[in-house]
Amino acid sequence: MADKGSWKDGITNSQVWKSVFRHGDPGKDRRNQALVVLSNVFLHLHPVQARKSGLRMSFTWCMGGITFFLFLVETLTGILLMFYYRPVAEYAYNDIVALREHVPLGIMREIHRWGAHAMVVTVWLHMFRVFMTGSYKPPREFNWNVGVILLLLTLLLSFTGYLLPWDQLAIWAITVGSNMARATPFLGHEGPGAALLKLGDIKLIHAGADVRFALLGGRFVAAPALMRFYVLHCIAIPLAAAVLMAVHFWRIRRDGGISGPM
Amino acid sequence: MQQLKDLINGFSSPQLIITGASIFFFLYLYFRKFLTEPSVSLFFLTLLVGFFAFSMTDANFREIVLKPDNVPIVAMIYLIAFFTWFSLRRAVENDEAITKGGSTFEGKESDQKLYTWPNLIYQEFICSILVGVVLLIWSILLKAPLEEPADPSISPNPSKAPWYFLGLQEMLVYFDPWLAGVVFPTLILFGLMAIPYIDKNPKGNGYFTFVERRFAITLFLYGWLIMWVLLIIMGTFLRGPNWNFFGPYEKWSVHKVVPLVNVNLSEFVYVKWLNTGLPKHWFLREIFGIVATVLYFAVTPFILAKTVLKRMYIQLGIFRYAILMILLLPMIGLLLKMLLRWSFNLKYIIAIPEYFLNV
Repeated sequence: MADKGSWKDGITNSQVWKSVFRHGDPGKDRRNQALVVLSNVFLHLHPVQARKSGLRMSFTWCMGGITFFLFLVETLTGILLMFYYRPVAEYAYNDIVALREHVPLGIMREIHRWGAHAMVVTVWLHMFRVFMTGSYKPPREFNWNVGVILLLLTLLLSFTGYLLPWDQLAIWAITVGSNMARATPFLGHEGPGAALLKLGDIKLIHAGADVRFALLGGRFVAAPALMRFYVLHCIAIPLAAAVLMAVHFWRIRRDGGISGPM
Repeated sequence: MQQLKDLINGFSSPQLIITGASIFFFLYLYFRKFLTEPSVSLFFLTLLVGFFAFSMTDANFREIVLKPDNVPIVAMIYLIAFFTWFSLRRAVENDEAITKGGSTFEGKESDQKLYTWPNLIYQEFICSILVGVVLLIWSILLKAPLEEPADPSISPNPSKAPWYFLGLQEMLVYFDPWLAGVVFPTLILFGLMAIPYIDKNPKGNGYFTFVERRFAITLFLYGWLIMWVLLIIMGTFLRGPNWNFFGPYEKWSVHKVVPLVNVNLSEFVYVKWLNTGLPKHWFLREIFGIVATVLYFAVTPFILAKTVLKRMYIQLGIFRYAILMILLLPMIGLLLKMLLRWSFNLKYIIAIPEYFLNV
């Protein structure tokens, strides 16, 4: 048998190949089409079979899938960018300049930035589609909620990343954005009700102790804010997003797969 | 040419754009059968592309639109326009099929099962490659911008938040930061999360439809298209130095002078109408605004429950109805405040700067 087969069979019949792929060629029969999905941890995100209507791109727009793909692109390019970037006020800007001037094939920052803009748009379009098809309705209420938190995390990821180039655009956009926190009711020092929170004559909420200070690590956007945003951007938020994405994908299957008319 | 540009610049103001867009929005939903027809949609597309192509001949327009960070927002406008049309078109077709007693586009195929390998996985694979290619070309053609090094002592004019928050920054024109920057975003998130629990309508689950979900779709689309996306577009392309409003072909001049003529409700009452001057104590001064606000939030729900939303109130029950009101009233309140600002230059309904509490 083996000596008659082509070089392709030689590879797929080898012990190495068979140790990796437990199933036969999925191009050949249904059994293997099922096995390929069942025996691969990544493909196992999918069910073996799904509604024909739900598989149409005119129904899903593939926006959830594209969002996930963009998250992976951002992770990959983000890791590469971390090789060159130091989140310290003295170095940060120069590291970005060096990224542009000295790093060969340096379009990682471009991919990362445009991918981030695109991801915000694809998240919105995905939610738009889910709304328009009524796919948040029972039994998918909870997964819609997970999705809303993922939307928030996507925006926060983009927002924290905005500061890292440490140029004028960065610090002033974050200044404008974080100035809002100053006005948080009760917890911001210029928010309504903040003056009520005091012990005797000692104010509990002031410019040196409110939500904005907690976010920035200071009274204005400076070195501590850069470090906080860097850690949030590279570790805390991606981790949270990854966990919630696992829940999100798992629940799609638990709740009956891609929605369709009952 | 210049006359047309001047005309468009002259008609560019928040009140005309938001009002015009709102009228178009409701007309579009009402006459959706005709307006979503492919030939009509092609006409709208031509109009949109034509407007864009014509505008690109203008140096001021080009300067704003071609800023690298604004390019994705231009793409977003076309994508959202396309997908809005597409979902409404599909909804119209499904609704027609349902009234004729047939099954929806999705319904015809929902009983058939297909193997996800290759039917889904190949699709995802090709999508990933296409998006990857687009992203690569985009990244090669357009350099990521980098401005001067950060300098806390020089603030650029205008200072803008990241583009996806510009809708909120636009709301700052009408409300103080505690509302526009904290309360409204919280309500938006809370509202999105509440949707599946408030919307008790069992119909329209898993397929495009409009007729079966009129109220839900109209409300969501208005919030998303007009009060979020349109405000972002205005904030990005039409708000210049000092957050002044500029026409699409207008030079963003730092020296544009816009008179500040906004007046508080208390000044209307005590100074203009009663001619007594403002009372010293804030409570007496703001009593009219406080009463108006309390009435708006406390009485409107009862009136609505007895009149236009009677059926909905019975359907939802008091708890769900109350949550709907908590979300709906601020949303309408924002529009009301806009209207009051545009027609009477009203600044604050309640102004208690002593406690940072301005509404």
